[in-house]
Amino acid sequence: MLRVEGVSVSYRDFEAVHDISFEVSGGQWLMLAGPNGAGKSTLLKAIAKVLRYQGKVYLDGMDTARLKTKEMARRMGVLHQHHTLGYPYTVEQLVGLGRYAHQSFLSHADPDGRRMVDEALALCGLSGLRRQNVLTLSGGELQRAFLAQVFAQGTRLLLLDEPASHLDLAYQRLIFDTVRDWLQTPGRAVMSVVHDLQLARRYGTHALFMKQGRSVAFGARDSVFTRKNLQAVWDMKVGDWFIWLNEPWLMDKKG
Amino acid sequence: MLALVMLTGLVCVALGSVPIPLDKTASILWDGVLGRDLTGNTQAVIILTVRLPRVISVFLVGAALSLCGAAMQGLLRNPLADGATLGVSSGASLGAMLAILMGIQLPMLPLAGTAVLSVIFAFLSLLLVLFLAFALDRSLATNTIILIGVILTMFMGSLMSLLISFSGPRLRSLTFWTLGSLSGAGYAEALFLLLALVVCGLVLLAHARELDAFAMGEENARAIGVSVRRVKLTVMAAVSVLIGVCVSIGGSIGFVGLVIPHISRLIMGPAHKRLLITSLLLGGVFLMLCDLAARTLLSPVELPLGVVTSLIGAVFFMFILANTRRRAA
Repeated sequence: MLRVEGVSVSYRDFEAVHDISFEVSGGQWLMLAGPNGAGKSTLLKAIAKVLRYQGKVYLDGMDTARLKTKEMARRMGVLHQHHTLGYPYTVEQLVGLGRYAHQSFLSHADPDGRRMVDEALALCGLSGLRRQNVLTLSGGELQRAFLAQVFAQGTRLLLLDEPASHLDLAYQRLIFDTVRDWLQTPGRAVMSVVHDLQLARRYGTHALFMKQGRSVAFGARDSVFTRKNLQAVWDMKVGDWFIWLNEPWLMDKKG
Repeated sequence: MLALVMLTGLVCVALGSVPIPLDKTASILWDGVLGRDLTGNTQAVIILTVRLPRVISVFLVGAALSLCGAAMQGLLRNPLADGATLGVSSGASLGAMLAILMGIQLPMLPLAGTAVLSVIFAFLSLLLVLFLAFALDRSLATNTIILIGVILTMFMGSLMSLLISFSGPRLRSLTFWTLGSLSGAGYAEALFLLLALVVCGLVLLAHARELDAFAMGEENARAIGVSVRRVKLTVMAAVSVLIGVCVSIGGSIGFVGLVIPHISRLIMGPAHKRLLITSLLLGGVFLMLCDLAARTLLSPVELPLGVVTSLIGAVFFMFILANTRRRAA
């Protein structure tokens, strides 16, 4: 579905991403992980054509450099980490804009639009908030609204840039569970940048570890999440750190 | 809304230094539309040759400036933005002022000299803003554009002050012109404005959904399939042509593009399809009323229109700002 061949991204004389290649197929959830500054978000932005890059990106076998913006949006949905809203649109209006790429320039005809928006709202648990002003939503609700917008786009591939890193535990779980539910339909795939290794391991089917702009390991989740790779990328014993973090502090106390 | 426009227009045509009853005004206008002979009728002369073309021009300038403000506020996701924030208005003013000072005129087209230079300068200011924004920040981020627009406006303001101080005997006309006025507007000006408003207005209305997408964030707009750079350039070009034409005919008339879209958003909500049309109509109504005040408040002395809009607009805007803050707190 998505094939990335030798992609590099440079800012003037600094190379943020160097010669990355990988592939994502239907049913897979690829987790892009690595320390800060590893180039994960830069790589995602290059694939989404927000940043210029060298190399090739193929979407459904087509070179994305030749795809028009609308065509890209019909095939690939992108959820960014932060959102800037200035005006009191309703949740429904926000989600409805996800149909933009399916509507023609002058006649806005979109036979599937209504159904797709309703389904996306229902999947994200927002049906009750459809008339709500987006400026009054909590961070978690707003992220779900944008996730619903991406779902309404009706693509088979999702690119998520740290979709839940600024959210509390309940919303993190809600966002990841929602994406996992979406992925149940055959032929769909997800690629996401994730900071939290526990979430990456819990939800991912595949992983790509990056360090200083380079790929360190790529493949099925269990072949990438090895003690050796984790230590190479984070320069520390990640397993020991998690054991220390997860010492049974809750179980110590009653109530 | 259309009835409001017609009623305000009728009142503005009827009132002035010589007030004419509304029913009489309406019948003269109707006779004028039917092409009946009104020779010798003084009131008809006042209405049809002086007031009507002026009121039409004022409506069109108000509609155009307000439409531009609404479009820029969506594009830049900033309720305080309008054509002026981009530096397009000041660029257009500088161009028009240069045309007046140098006496540039095109044969057969008396309006075109000022307008052409005004539009060219509006475009050049736009290109300069975009070039500088692109050089500093390749993504053409909205904050960068606004900052550069503010700097450019200040720079153009200094150049205009410089021109005024060297303009000698033409000083008075230039100063009055920079304050904004449509006192001399005739049917030719109205037709010119109408053409610009129809063409650029349709371009902006055709981009209502894209403006909604921009209002929800530029990165997100790109993600849902909007050609961010093309839409930005198209909207900015339409805005600069409209502002260039308005400034060349009416001078600098501030605050219409800031206040009216704000009120329209409160009435109609933020979706641009309705917002643009409402801003357009309300902007015309607002400026017609301001022009009426300019003509009648200190009659027979006429106030510059730009001064009236700024006086009303600034007070109103402070009220809106205070209200918004209070609600936020």
